[in-house]
Amino acid sequence: MALTTSTPRPPVLRRRKRPDAPGELSKKVWATAVMWLLVVVYGFPVLWFLLSSFKPAGELFSYPLTFLPEQPTIKGFTEAWTRFDVARYFLNTLVVALSATALTIVASAACGYALAKYRSWWLKAFTLCILATTMLPGEVLLSPLFLVVRDLGLYNSLSAVVVPAVITATGTFMFRQFFLTVPDDLLEAARIDGSGELSTFLRIMLPLSRPIMLTLAIFSFQWRWNDYIWPLVVLNDPNKFTLQIGVATIVGAENVNWSVLLGASVLSMIPLVAIYLLFQKYVMNADINAGLKD
Amino acid sequence: MVDSIHPPAEAPGIDVRRGPEPVRPRQRGWRPRRRNRYVGAPLVLISINLLLFVTFFVWPAITGLVYSFTSYTGVGTAPYVGLDNYQRLLQDESFYAALIRTLIFTAGAVPLTVLLSLGTAVLLVTPYTKGKSLARVIFFLPWLISPIIAGVIWRWMFGENFGLVNYLIISLGGKEVPWQSDANLSLFVVIIAAAWGGTAFNMLLFVAALKNVPTAYYEAASLDGAGSWDKFRNITLPAIAPTTFIVVLLSILHSMKEYALIQAVNAGGPGTANNLLVQYIYTKGFERAQIGYASAASFVLMLILMVVAVVQLGMNRRKES
Repeated sequence: MALTTSTPRPPVLRRRKRPDAPGELSKKVWATAVMWLLVVVYGFPVLWFLLSSFKPAGELFSYPLTFLPEQPTIKGFTEAWTRFDVARYFLNTLVVALSATALTIVASAACGYALAKYRSWWLKAFTLCILATTMLPGEVLLSPLFLVVRDLGLYNSLSAVVVPAVITATGTFMFRQFFLTVPDDLLEAARIDGSGELSTFLRIMLPLSRPIMLTLAIFSFQWRWNDYIWPLVVLNDPNKFTLQIGVATIVGAENVNWSVLLGASVLSMIPLVAIYLLFQKYVMNADINAGLKD
Repeated sequence: MVDSIHPPAEAPGIDVRRGPEPVRPRQRGWRPRRRNRYVGAPLVLISINLLLFVTFFVWPAITGLVYSFTSYTGVGTAPYVGLDNYQRLLQDESFYAALIRTLIFTAGAVPLTVLLSLGTAVLLVTPYTKGKSLARVIFFLPWLISPIIAGVIWRWMFGENFGLVNYLIISLGGKEVPWQSDANLSLFVVIIAAAWGGTAFNMLLFVAALKNVPTAYYEAASLDGAGSWDKFRNITLPAIAPTTFIVVLLSILHSMKEYALIQAVNAGGPGTANNLLVQYIYTKGFERAQIGYASAASFVLMLILMVVAVVQLGMNRRKES
């Protein structure tokens, strides 16, 4: 039997591919079991949180705790959305995240392209400067950065959250790495055809980098959506709060209103989860080459 | 130092997939002409980033350094006080408390994060596991959740008299564990939350590195009769070493700056027991308006981060040579 099925294959290949060898099978079982145990460890807190958010306030703390809500309700969500201004925070965060993302893509693409396709000592120096920004993150320069923003007259406006966030080493290097892989011949050909440098960038190079744009858009949107300390420092007016500050305010209250907190938290997670599920491959295949977090 | 961060970042482990670099010899021929011809275009292209870099990095770095020698409070004049801020900082017990707490947090969170992200990455790459696509989504979920919300999620799990964990402990006949009111247990919850939240991104880096290990090595080792563990230790680990280095370095720098997560889990509590360095800076600078003093603390934090980076780069060099 074994002879008839496997004659066409070289023996080495056959040995590797045979999945049912006793050792292989137990390895499969073990590895899969460990992986799914970890899936539970990572997924369960979120699931529990999600299920709890559908419980009415009285049921949240009544022992014995039940896994599923006995009387499911969306009161936590509606109360958070209306009475705790989550709707406004949501809108503010959306404005911040979208405008910062758009600007980040423009700035990073242009800068990354210049760093990849032109050569001069000052561009090299600037490459190092951009790298250095990862060593001097906002948290370290918190108070002087705050003074700069205040002196520029941006304090307490959403643009104070957006503008300093536009420059990112990760984004710039994503584009730089991408444009390094684009052959110089393309650029030379455009030059011979009499295309100006900037129009070559806008009309030929930028469209090529669409996948990088989308990847960076998702990353940038996530960074800005989840930002906490910087918005907290520059925003003072509750009408301008972002979601993270809003949620932190509910957590920081003397008596935490858990029903509202759970509702607001779950609502704040929805946009990113939706974006991720739609554009999963752009995140998972991302070449975060410098591996720099923002 | 910044210069030397570059080589590991572009190590072959991550870069293999990108395909060949532009052909070198030709480029060299073009270089002199280019340097002279194109100044305007690249200058325009980097202008936005250049402007932002000067405004939001150079300017605050310089003013911050200047203010750290003054007793500036944010308004009025900034009287020069010399090294006074630094001296006071080094004599402040709460600063050392915050520093030690930060180091303990880092020592707990970083190894756990690195182990978990390597573990999940291996499980997602190995052919032995089933159901990878769903598992990948679940492992990645924490990346989508902000540190504040992640803190809330774990606070909800570890609530002292309402959390699921204590409920289960009591149901099994145990006693209520003071997850919130005991400083060490409270920090433990933050470490768990940090590892949970920090896994996804590092996992992504490890997955990319693992996929780039040439399969021929494994095949050769299999023919030689090497077991899975031998292969992992002698082939996989050395091959992904550059990525491991980056992951460890970034995780350390990240943990040293933790703020939002701990704020949501316990607000640096109970009391001020778990105030970390950034909390210390924030309190001094923004709640007490001691801008000069907070700037001094910021520079000490920056110095620590730089020392961490330099020591790690040095260790990495020595290992490689």
